[in-house]
Amino acid sequence: MDLTVSARPGAHIHDAHASHDDGSKTVLGFWVYLMSDCIIFGTLFATFGVLVDNIAGGPTGRELFDLPYVGGETLLLLMSSFTFGLAALNMYAGRKAGVLAWLAVTFLFGAGFIGMEVHEFAHLIAEGAGPDRSAFLSAYFTLVGTHGVHVTAGLIWMAVMTHQVWRYGLDGTVKRRLTCLSLFWHFLDLVWICVFTFVYLRGAI
Amino acid sequence: MSGANSHPSARHDFGHGDLKTYGWGFGLSLLLTALSFAAIMSGMIPRGMMFPAITVLAVVQLLTQVVFFLHLGTAPEQRSTITILVLTLLLIGVIVFLSLWVMHNANVNMMPTLMTPDQAMARS
Repeated sequence: MDLTVSARPGAHIHDAHASHDDGSKTVLGFWVYLMSDCIIFGTLFATFGVLVDNIAGGPTGRELFDLPYVGGETLLLLMSSFTFGLAALNMYAGRKAGVLAWLAVTFLFGAGFIGMEVHEFAHLIAEGAGPDRSAFLSAYFTLVGTHGVHVTAGLIWMAVMTHQVWRYGLDGTVKRRLTCLSLFWHFLDLVWICVFTFVYLRGAI
Repeated sequence: MSGANSHPSARHDFGHGDLKTYGWGFGLSLLLTALSFAAIMSGMIPRGMMFPAITVLAVVQLLTQVVFFLHLGTAPEQRSTITILVLTLLLIGVIVFLSLWVMHNANVNMMPTLMTPDQAMARS
């Protein structure tokens, strides 16, 4: 029913980038992108599930994974998801300073997560448990690394949006972009729930 | 939908939520995450129950975040969003479960080798 409403001739033609474009079409389109991204992660999880026992005589997840450390990463990403929510609430209320402040906090939590993950990867590779060691580790680095690349892309996007909020204020275009970014950021936390459950915790059983 | 209600936030594929929904989402997620880690690390539940327990906790936490952070619900405006989500989950279910099933059977039935990895590497 969404389609019939805004498919009326002229309804959205000359305000494509005006401030009263509510952006719901764009947000729906972005949701379709996120769902296709979900399928990429689903495929990587399936690959990991198939290869998890093929350790080629190398270390197992049980020997490699440091659960308290993973708990720390999880906490950082969860807090960043919450603080992005606070940024979104400030956006709805039209408080530019609040949006900027909470985006900055979210960025720091996200950067902390990536920092911990890079440190974890470097430690594994230094121990000789890099992606070339076994099929299990190839699948592990591909899956967790793909999530990390997404978070990094989200951080770059967040920096760009911080600049746009600061420069242009909370107009319709900026709000629409922030709404897409908030979906992206919450989505990455959803994927991480599956990562810590099916990669780290399951590996430690 | 666009005629009767002219409030700009009325027509949206995602609800807005308020401090309360984000707070609940955050609190519940923290609790569920802690329970997941405790299920594995505390050693209080039997080994055979660990995987079912963390799977259930993960599914509950996914639902929690979808409702409280993404604000997806059953409102009519969200029907297309929900439809796309459900179809995607179906596809992922097919990809994950059938991959595991097919590869498990391939492993069990088609690779009757007693060779260890060391022997296999020595051959090449």
